Amino acid sequence: MPFADDFFARAIIAGIGFSLIAGPLGCFVVWQRLAYFGDTMAHSALLGVALSLAFNVNILIGVFVICLLIAFILGHVGDRSNLSGDVTLGILSHSTLALGLVLVSLMYWVRVDILNFLFGNILSVTWSEIAVIYIGGSFIVGVILWKWSALISLTVDEQIAAVEGMNPVQTRYILMILLATIVAFAMKIVGIILTVALLIIPAAAARQFSKTPEQMAMVASLFGVLAVISGLVVSLKFDTPPGPSIIINAFVIFILVLSVYKAKARWNRLAEQSKTE
Amino acid sequence: MNSILTSLNSVGVRRNKRWLVHDFDLTIRRGEIVSLIGPNGGGKTTVAKIAAGALLPDIGSVERAKGIRVGYVPQQIHIESTLPMTVRRLMKLSQNKKRNEIDAMLSLLDIQNLADSPVQRLSGGEFQRALLARALLRKPDLLILDEPSTALDFSGEADLYNHIVDVRDTFNCGILLVCHDLHIVLAKSDTVVCLNVHICCTGKPKQIISDEEFIKLFGNEAAQSHAFYLHHHDHSHNLDGSVSVS
Repeated sequence: MPFADDFFARAIIAGIGFSLIAGPLGCFVVWQRLAYFGDTMAHSALLGVALSLAFNVNILIGVFVICLLIAFILGHVGDRSNLSGDVTLGILSHSTLALGLVLVSLMYWVRVDILNFLFGNILSVTWSEIAVIYIGGSFIVGVILWKWSALISLTVDEQIAAVEGMNPVQTRYILMILLATIVAFAMKIVGIILTVALLIIPAAAARQFSKTPEQMAMVASLFGVLAVISGLVVSLKFDTPPGPSIIINAFVIFILVLSVYKAKARWNRLAEQSKTE
Repeated sequence: MNSILTSLNSVGVRRNKRWLVHDFDLTIRRGEIVSLIGPNGGGKTTVAKIAAGALLPDIGSVERAKGIRVGYVPQQIHIESTLPMTVRRLMKLSQNKKRNEIDAMLSLLDIQNLADSPVQRLSGGEFQRALLARALLRKPDLLILDEPSTALDFSGEADLYNHIVDVRDTFNCGILLVCHDLHIVLAKSDTVVCLNVHICCTGKPKQIISDEEFIKLFGNEAAQSHAFYLHHHDHSHNLDGSVSVS
């Protein structure tokens, strides 16, 4: 391959791998109203970065562990707190982000550009990181396929799922683990601030013309891939930051899909009217 | 006597320093329709959840016959509009059913024309039938229906309850029916349990209307008017479909 070591090719390969797994997970974020929850996980990732640097462990692993911890804290606090869910999320989301920022700034001996974590740096992705994304991604896809029925049951109704032996409590934990993994990956691709956008925008676009959850998950993956490729091309051509460029392209796809869908709905209505007249 | 499907023994559920249900016993046998009545906030839904296995009681024990399938139709569920879900897809939730099986069940409940509609577009009554359809597709040994009439208009309600007796006869299952309509309860059930946190009274429909606790809860007038109503329906359905006068 002539450009096998090209940074752009690496970015495209990493982005495609990420988008394929982000599609179905983004759908669960949308279906279960986990956008703010995902944001909190993503923000806490910076705390994970800080702690990884302090204790000299792999950043992906540190982020994964902290995200998972935050998810379990939220799951535990959520049932017992007298504060509403969004307040609990808001407190944890911004406190962990602030704590992460302060801790990283205190560590004068490490030289890291915090912006790389906040807005991602997909153009610097290495082959070994790509390997992690694809191996981790295969694991995620495997678990999603294995637990698909239980995940959908949980999404429809937790109690019916419990009665029908789908073990919603365990399934929810599994979903949290998958989300923590994807958040850790997303930090590299679009950064902490834009993680949730890359999860929910393709899913929201896919919703417009999907009839079943399966269809929506697959179309979300497809839109994610489109957004990453077009975003990277735009970023290369106009020398714009890649993370935000990917999100803008996802947004444009969403607007296009929405317009087409609305136009089609209007067209059908008009056609029906003229038929009855 | 038919075999016991499930029994709740002195169960209690406590939330926010208050007993929702306390010291409650319930036994459901195969082929039996047990109705649960009582005031709002009396713990009917809580009992339905315990019997269904969706909730573990804080005290007491729940026994269930091994290997039985449970169908549960909750009072209300909300499916997010972001989740694309047709009626047909809802039928296949946590179970793999053949297309013709699903179609047959949908037409049994008169919603076959809605098979490909998104569930969010269904009316309350239609949605409840869809939930009943998927519970029945499981071929349940024990069917739990929590206020199936809340979302129904009056004629729909009468329809649904006729279906319930049919269901019992077809599937030979036990049914726990949470219900607030005394007419239906007294006419269709084998056992009535009146619940207000604890059991107020329990027995066959004709015994229960003369129970002091029942009269206290529903008023003497209700008891008498239903006694009259019962007079015409003093029979039970056998499993082979024949009717015997008790």
